[in-house]
Order: sequence, then C-alpha cells, then structure tokens
Amino acid sequence: MISATLFGYCGAVLVGLGLFGLVTNPEILRKILAFNVLGSGVFLLFGVIARRGAAAGLDADPVPQALVITGIVVAFSATAMAVALLVRLNKETGEATMSSDDPSNAGKQEGHQ
Amino acid sequence: MTPDATVFADVTTADGYLLVLAVIFPVIGILLSMAFGGRYVERIALVLLVAGLAIAIAIFAAVLRGDQSLVYIVGNWRPPLGIALRADGVSAAMMLTIAVVICATGIYARDEFGQPDAKVATRGSYAFWILLLAIWSGLNAIAVGADLFNLYVALELLTFAAVPLVCLKGYQETIKAALRYMLFALAGSILYLLGTVLFYGAYGTLDISLLSTRVQPEPVAWIAAALMTTGLLAKTALFPLHLWLPPAHAGAPAPGSAVLSALVVKGSFILIVRLWFDAMPGLLTFAAAQLLAALGAGAILFGSVLALRQARLKLLIAYSTIAQIGYLFFIFPLASGDSASTPWASIAWTGGWLQLFSHAFAKAAMFMAAGLIAEALGHDQISDLGGIGRALPVTIFAFGLAGLSLMGVPPSGGFVAKWMLLSATVMEGQWWWAVIMLVGGLLAGGYVFMVLGKALSVNAPLTLRVSVPQHRQVLVLAVALCAILLGLMPLQPSGLLMIGRPEMHTNVLE
Repeated sequence: MISATLFGYCGAVLVGLGLFGLVTNPEILRKILAFNVLGSGVFLLFGVIARRGAAAGLDADPVPQALVITGIVVAFSATAMAVALLVRLNKETGEATMSSDDPSNAGKQEGHQ
Repeated sequence: MTPDATVFADVTTADGYLLVLAVIFPVIGILLSMAFGGRYVERIALVLLVAGLAIAIAIFAAVLRGDQSLVYIVGNWRPPLGIALRADGVSAAMMLTIAVVICATGIYARDEFGQPDAKVATRGSYAFWILLLAIWSGLNAIAVGADLFNLYVALELLTFAAVPLVCLKGYQETIKAALRYMLFALAGSILYLLGTVLFYGAYGTLDISLLSTRVQPEPVAWIAAALMTTGLLAKTALFPLHLWLPPAHAGAPAPGSAVLSALVVKGSFILIVRLWFDAMPGLLTFAAAQLLAALGAGAILFGSVLALRQARLKLLIAYSTIAQIGYLFFIFPLASGDSASTPWASIAWTGGWLQLFSHAFAKAAMFMAAGLIAEALGHDQISDLGGIGRALPVTIFAFGLAGLSLMGVPPSGGFVAKWMLLSATVMEGQWWWAVIMLVGGLLAGGYVFMVLGKALSVNAPLTLRVSVPQHRQVLVLAVALCAILLGLMPLQPSGLLMIGRPEMHTNVLE
C-alpha cells in the first residue's frame, strides 16, 4: 500500500509537470514532450490502480493493464502524428513555435490552387 | 447489488450486429483502399457510402420499430469485464444524420477529389477518401459506445482522422492550423484519460450504465468529471477553448470543412452528454449545469460577434459554428436537476438534439456553398461577393435556407430547436438563458444577411473563373433542405429521442 501511494504521488507530480509544460511552452516540440510526460503520469496511475485492486484480494487487477497498453499505443500514434506535422511545418516555414500566428490568414489561398 | 443485476440483464438484441457493421464497414473500406492502391479508392468509398447509409437506416428503423435500445455485447463478455455497444434513440438519430451528411459530402467531393477514369492516383484524393471513411467509423463508434475507455479510443480515432483533413492542401497556414488543432486535441484526450483512470480506480468499472448505479457525489467523482469535461470541451471547441477551430475549419478543403464543422465537433459533445446524463446523472448539480450553460452563452455572444467582423466567408461560417455549439450546452441546465422529471426537461432534451441535427445539415450546406463560391470566384472575400447571387442563384438560395435555420426562423429545424429550448427556459424560470438565445438569434441574422446582402447586390456582370455544374448546386440545396425539413417536426418531446431513457416523460403536455 505504501509503494502504491508513493507511485501515486509520482504520477501526480508527472501530471502536474506535464500540464505546466503543455500550457506554458511556446515551442511545439516541448509541448509534445510535455504531453508525453503528462501521459506517463497517467499511465503510472493506471499501474497504481491495478496494484490497488491487488489489495482487495486479487493478485493484480488485469483490466487497467490492458487499458494502459491501448493508452500507450494511442499516445504513441498521437506523438508520431504531431511530430510529423511539426517537421512539415518546419520544412515549409522554418518555424517551430505557436506564438506568431494570425488565425485570419489560415486557408487564405483557398481559391488559388 | 440489485441495480447492477438489472443492468447485467443486458444481452445482445436481435439487430445488435448492425452496430458492429456500422463501425467496421468504413474500416473495411480503408483496408480495401490500401490493398488495391489509390486508383480505386474513390469507387470503394462510394460503394461503402451507400452500404453505410443503408446500415444507418436499418439501425434507425430497428430502434424505432422495437422502441428500445439496440445492444451488442462484444464477444459475449458482459460488462464490467467486456464491452457493450448500445444504440438508444439519440444514437440512432445521430447515426442517420452522420450517414446523410457524409454521403452528401462524398458526392460533393467527387468533383474535387474524384478519379474519373481510375487512372491517376493523387495523394490528396487518396488521403481524402480514406480520412472520410475513418471519420465515419470514429463517429459511429462514439454514437454506439457504452464504455468510457472504448469511447476514448473512438474519440482518438476521430481526432486522428480529422486533423490531417485540415492540412490536406499542404499550405503553411493549414499545417499550422492542423498542428494547433492537434495540440488542443492532445491536451483534451489526455485529460479525458486521466478522468477515466480516476473513475476506474474509484468504482471499478467504465461501463456507463454500471457507473450510473455506482457513482457517488464525492471529491473523486467531481475531479474525474471536471477533468474529462475540460478535455472534451477542448475538442468540442466550446468558448474559451475555441481558439483552434476557426483556422482549422476555414483552412480545410470545402468538403472537409463541412464534415469537421457539421459532425466532428459534435462527437465530443455527445460524450459530454453521455458523461453527465448517463454515467453520473446525480452529479449534474445546479451549479455545474449553470457553469456549462454559461460557457455556452459566452460562445454564442463571442462567436456571433466575431463572425460579424470577418472579412472571409469561410472564417465567418467557422465562427458561426462556435456560436451554434453554444446553444447545445443549454441542454445541461434545462434537462437536468429539479426539473428533470418535468415535461419541460424532455422538451429541452429534444430541442438540444434537434439543434445538433439541424446545425449539422445547415453547416454542411453552408460550407459546401462557400466552397462553390470560392471555386467560382477564386476567393471568398465577403466584400467582393457582389453579383454572385445572379451567377449562382441555387447556391445562394441554399446558403440562405441554411442561414434561416441558424437564425431560428420558421420553418426550419433551427426554429423548432430554439423554440423548444426557449420555452423550456421560460417555463423552468431560467429566463436569463432566453435573453442570450434571442440576442444570439439577432446576431446570427446579422451575419447571414451581411453575406446575403453582398451576394444579392447588383454589380457589373460577374465573370466566373470556372463554371459550377448545376448538380453540385442542387446537392447543396438538398442538404440545406434537410435542415428545413427538420422544422416539420411536431413541437413536442420526440418519442424517438427518449428511447433508452426511461426516466424522462415522453407524452405529456396535455
């Protein structure tokens, strides 16, 4: 129970750090990394929940473990897609931040293809 | 334990397999497209559009005829260990709306992403048809999902299909818009997942109907609900988390914008409703419901005012989406709490969903019309639309009809929806939301007439860059007419939308 609590706190710290990074960093790559830190915190919590199930008499609750595998796959695909978009953006513009954009320009070239 | 026992009585119903088909048919299309290569992708997609529409109609008919939800227990493993698919009246109506809008978009997109002789396979068209099918599969999975984690996966599938659609053209601005959308979506999805963990840790299940019997009003449930709702609001683009929407929806190619604005943002909204009304009905307190509606009110005012200030047609329509999403959130204070068992709650419930369906048709029609206008003129500056009303009369007429629904003018689905919500606010003594709705209607009138006024003003004869085929204009008109036809709904709680919701009154108001 002690170790589960400890891991729980670790998960909470990771979630906090990740959330902070995701909101405050203007650099997209850092945002994506922060998302992964946040995700790790959530996955750790899944592990804690599985262990807590063990306290109820089971060896370990398998359901959160099944969920976390799916969660990792989803987070991995999301990261891959975000990085691919970022690489493309960097190739096109040389930029890698979210700070300098003007939404009113998006899709400006609509009619000019 | 007794309430659980009744839930466990869930077994696969006679037509339950249709729910599985609705989710996997589009996926089969994607796999076939990949197997046969890009040249046949349009044909495969068109065949599956027809099949998918047939399935949606079959599900709608089955729910309507049986007067009960369709259920499919995957692999015959019952919840809480297994996963259930469930389609109540709302899901059935939603899936039919999705199917109609996707099919219309598919036909509309043939001129842009079509492969007339199956000779050339461009990357754009290959990606478009696959993404369209993927969005359909994700939306259907959300409509029938009955398990919070399964819904999470469905929501991610939807996001992964929606984001690339934004930057299909590959312009700098659209890539930036897609990336911004992606970052909001990432934050939203991880917050939702965090809430899911907390729910599982506290109550040992993620099945929505099991949760509804177990959730208690305690801190862990509140925190989990707050996290999940915030995450979903980011994906629904509710004010003040709407920043990503205008550039993304305005930057996508026209058929993409239609699907994104009409359907994709509604996917996460359905989840918010499932969460608060189905999974934890006891937690939707007065304060929580008022807060959600206040955000909706902010969206209506903010979105409408910004729509009025746009110079480009597609951006105007995108800001109007932000405003129209706001109306959906009035369902929370009006269909819950002390008034949940009154006829007015079921009126508000019906009105909220009608708003969703009619906005889906109206907004799809508007974006398609804007696409035709942009093609014909080579731009979509509102100030230079003069004379387009003569050049493309059917398109402008369709735009106007869709606009009527957004304003809430009879006869239109938007009118019936807003009238129902409005009467519920008055009868339940929450008049402050009525004020917002009326102001929102006026502002919507403002931005629709701003466009129509320009379009119908007589300028020197306009020379179009390309001529727009008549069948595309008629298609846009047909979609707009769907929004108008919803206005023929009787002004009373819809029995269909109550199927699977025993606690609500269905035939009252005598």
